Amino acid sequence: MSVTQSLKKRNNKLSETANQLELLSGGIFTNGELPTFRKKLESHGSFPLKPKQLEILQINVGYMCNQVCEHCHVDAGPDRKEIMTRETMEMCLEVIKSTGAHTLDLTGGAPEMNPDFRWFVEQASAIGVKDLIVRSNLTIILANKKYHDLPDFFKEHNIHVVSSLPHWTKDRTDKQRGEGVFDKSIEALKLLNHVGYGDPESGLILDLVYNPSGAFLPSDQKAMEQDFKKILAEKFGVHFNNLFALTNLPISRFLDFLIASENYEDYMYALVDAYNPAATEHVMCTNTLSVGWDGSLYDCDFNQMLDLKVKAPITHIRDYNEAILQNREIIISQHCFGCTAGAGSSCQGSVT
Amino acid sequence: MSNNYYDPSDLRKFSSITEWSEELGNKFFEYYGKVFEEGALTAREKSLIALAVAHVVKCPYCIDAYTKDGMQRGITKEEMMEAVHAGAAIESGATLVHGVQMMNKYNKLSM
Ligand code: SF4
Ligand code: SF4
Repeated sequence: MSVTQSLKKRNNKLSETANQLELLSGGIFTNGELPTFRKKLESHGSFPLKPKQLEILQINVGYMCNQVCEHCHVDAGPDRKEIMTRETMEMCLEVIKSTGAHTLDLTGGAPEMNPDFRWFVEQASAIGVKDLIVRSNLTIILANKKYHDLPDFFKEHNIHVVSSLPHWTKDRTDKQRGEGVFDKSIEALKLLNHVGYGDPESGLILDLVYNPSGAFLPSDQKAMEQDFKKILAEKFGVHFNNLFALTNLPISRFLDFLIASENYEDYMYALVDAYNPAATEHVMCTNTLSVGWDGSLYDCDFNQMLDLKVKAPITHIRDYNEAILQNREIIISQHCFGCTAGAGSSCQGSVT
Repeated sequence: MSNNYYDPSDLRKFSSITEWSEELGNKFFEYYGKVFEEGALTAREKSLIALAVAHVVKCPYCIDAYTKDGMQRGITKEEMMEAVHAGAAIESGATLVHGVQMMNKYNKLSM
């Protein structure tokens, strides 16, 4: 199956987040077959989930993307028009100046498609954020002439580039991310390598994100990294720094895929079976805050896509108050099992 | 109870065999887990061996389990199919080598 439009554009039932949440709370989770995430946390004394020190501010600058990946939890695509304005970016910059967060993580969609993307990066870089991440889907660099100089732009601002590559084979990558994406990704990686990215001497960091191209969980991150490094170097002469293994969370388009392919129950069983209490201590929402394109605040990018705003008196970046936000309870549902399976999963890869 | 001998959802109930014989069940799973750990062979190599054997013993549960295990480890479909052929070659070889027995018997019985 290859998708060319977002669930939203297709008027798919799951584009209504209430339907996703209902599905994740029903069936095997109500008939007693599987425990809910809350029950699981309670049995390990980890409920309620509370944030610790804020370390990462993850900002979603818009859902527009040049790709329409089958597993996309953002339901991004060329037909999505939600985009962050410069005014909201200014509010984010104010917050960055005032918090002790050491990492700013820009995501989307394809963040580069936001017309104020470069301005935002320049401002953030001028503030002196320690780790300035851009989640680039790679193909954007080749999508249009105006993006061809992105590798140089990234280099100029010492951007930490994080990019997805689900497999080193063309068929597995293209199945998940679209026809022709593998070849273009390799080309883009070479362009990034060319300006110094991935070279341990250069200090320019290029990390890859591996997420399974199907209804299965990622295996050991270190072993996958070794395989990726060896094969990408031997076959394509491509180099990168670290590989982050991410679990696909059962929301949005990946949830749609799980249901359509009749893998949903098995997948949920696998996630629950692999529950790791040690991973719970380090789930992403405990050190990250997610900002939506309109400035709304969320516990994480996944909760953002489920329209679950933070459970606090403050829900917008303009009213940001760290003390009040730190005091909140994190909103959970069964999709959270994706963060606690095996070695755990966050935007920074395994957590244990 | 289902009307089929094989039900895919039985695979995830595998661990329940310990309920009727805890000691033996636990010993088996402990042994099983140990076998598939990284050792003189890598966990990846063992996964491919398991996949080949799964086909030879024609266990649908094992085929499901080790196809998924292989995908999790990033094993390619070409590698998986070659492993299945390796199993099939041994299995057919084992049949065919008995052809020698047939030939021996034939020759012995012949004038
Ligand atoms: S996964 Fe990333 S590249 Fe793919 S559609 Fe979603 S936002 Fe775009
Ligand atoms: S899905 Fe979000 S809220 Fe749930 S555990 Fe993961 S990071 Fe936390």
